[in-house]
Amino acid sequence: MADAKIDLKNLKAGGFIKERGKDLFTVRLRVPGGRMSVDRLSRIAAVAQKYGKGFVHLSVRQSIELININFSDFDAVVAELGEDQQKVASCGARVRVPTACGGCEYNPNGLVDTQKSALAVDEKLFGTDTGHHKFKVAFAGCPFDCPKSATNDVGFQGGVWPALDAAECISCGLCDKSCTVGALGMGEDGKPVFAADKCIYCGDCLKVCPTGAWKSAKEGYSVRIGGKWGRNPLVGTLYATFLPEERVVDFIGSVLAWYLEKAKGAGRVRIGDIILREGTASLLDHLRRDFADYVLERTILPQVIDTQLPLR
Amino acid sequence: METIDLRGVSCPTNFVKAKLALEDIETGTTVEFLLDDGEPVKNVPRSLKADGHKLLGLKENGGHYVLTLEKGED
Ligand code: SF4
Ligand code: SF4
Ligand code: SF4
Repeated sequence: MADAKIDLKNLKAGGFIKERGKDLFTVRLRVPGGRMSVDRLSRIAAVAQKYGKGFVHLSVRQSIELININFSDFDAVVAELGEDQQKVASCGARVRVPTACGGCEYNPNGLVDTQKSALAVDEKLFGTDTGHHKFKVAFAGCPFDCPKSATNDVGFQGGVWPALDAAECISCGLCDKSCTVGALGMGEDGKPVFAADKCIYCGDCLKVCPTGAWKSAKEGYSVRIGGKWGRNPLVGTLYATFLPEERVVDFIGSVLAWYLEKAKGAGRVRIGDIILREGTASLLDHLRRDFADYVLERTILPQVIDTQLPLR
Repeated sequence: METIDLRGVSCPTNFVKAKLALEDIETGTTVEFLLDDGEPVKNVPRSLKADGHKLLGLKENGGHYVLTLEKGED
């Protein structure tokens, strides 16, 4: 196909991944937070039908991948998908499409609006060149953490700080029974006693209380930094709590700024490995400049999970 | 006081049964529900509260729970 006119800017935007076969590519479509309108879904289905091999693949990071697309069809595929509303996803050393669970909108466990956060991050930061390595962000609606937020470069987990209105309590003891981490006990007066240092902000007490005696004193994200999976997995650790939803984009921006500066000259290295090299204090100090109300006093290094050679 | 035994009835059937039972009861009347421990006692009381009934008490009693509530406006 020597005469095919390929718009190379489509290629540079990423999202086109070489397959095994000659001239064949996978086209990865971004689906921030895993939510997609049915209209877009039908449009994608039509394009996949016309140019693909009769199936699509759902990536583990919630993207839809069109399989077996011939590179000579790139421009037609992009045009027919409706370029403005269906941009292809990123690859390479960039901020990737954020993943998210359903969040609080319809999921009874959700404590924060993860979908809104994923869209905000996608809009403001998607594709930002990190200069070093890929950068993944995920949002979990609550500490059940189905999206495994701590395995991302920056992972957000919704949380709530419980406060008791003792007058509304009917002393049923359900909150005490439901708190799996032992942050609640029943006092002599028949009302629950709260051990703040054990609380993981899951909100189970609020959800189970039949009278609504437990209220939310504040809500927001617990933020973990430095995670990744792959050949040398790291689990990210806690840097901030109760970060308000509207500060999420700025917070990631601040983490990126630190990463870009500290990783200078280090090559293709993820932020978790930079933290292992630099220590946690420098990142904590950096974040404290703009997020003093939410950043922790101290934290621990990313946790190495030696999945490859456990007996080494 | 009327007692509605919902032991052995799983979620969400127990909640639907409780709703149906409350339809035949006058507003302001106090009724008692027997609920299994576990999911039933975690779900049914707060769902009934969300429907506008007033929870008066919830006590454990030999392996199950006794929920006392006052029927709210229809
Ligand atoms: S993380 Fe929480 S809110 Fe999100 S899907 Fe899991 S249980 Fe639901
Ligand atoms: S929020 Fe979760 S951990 Fe904290 S007291 Fe309530 S049930 Fe326990
Ligand atoms: S669940 Fe609510 S009513 Fe029951 S003991 Fe706890 S605070 Fe009191």
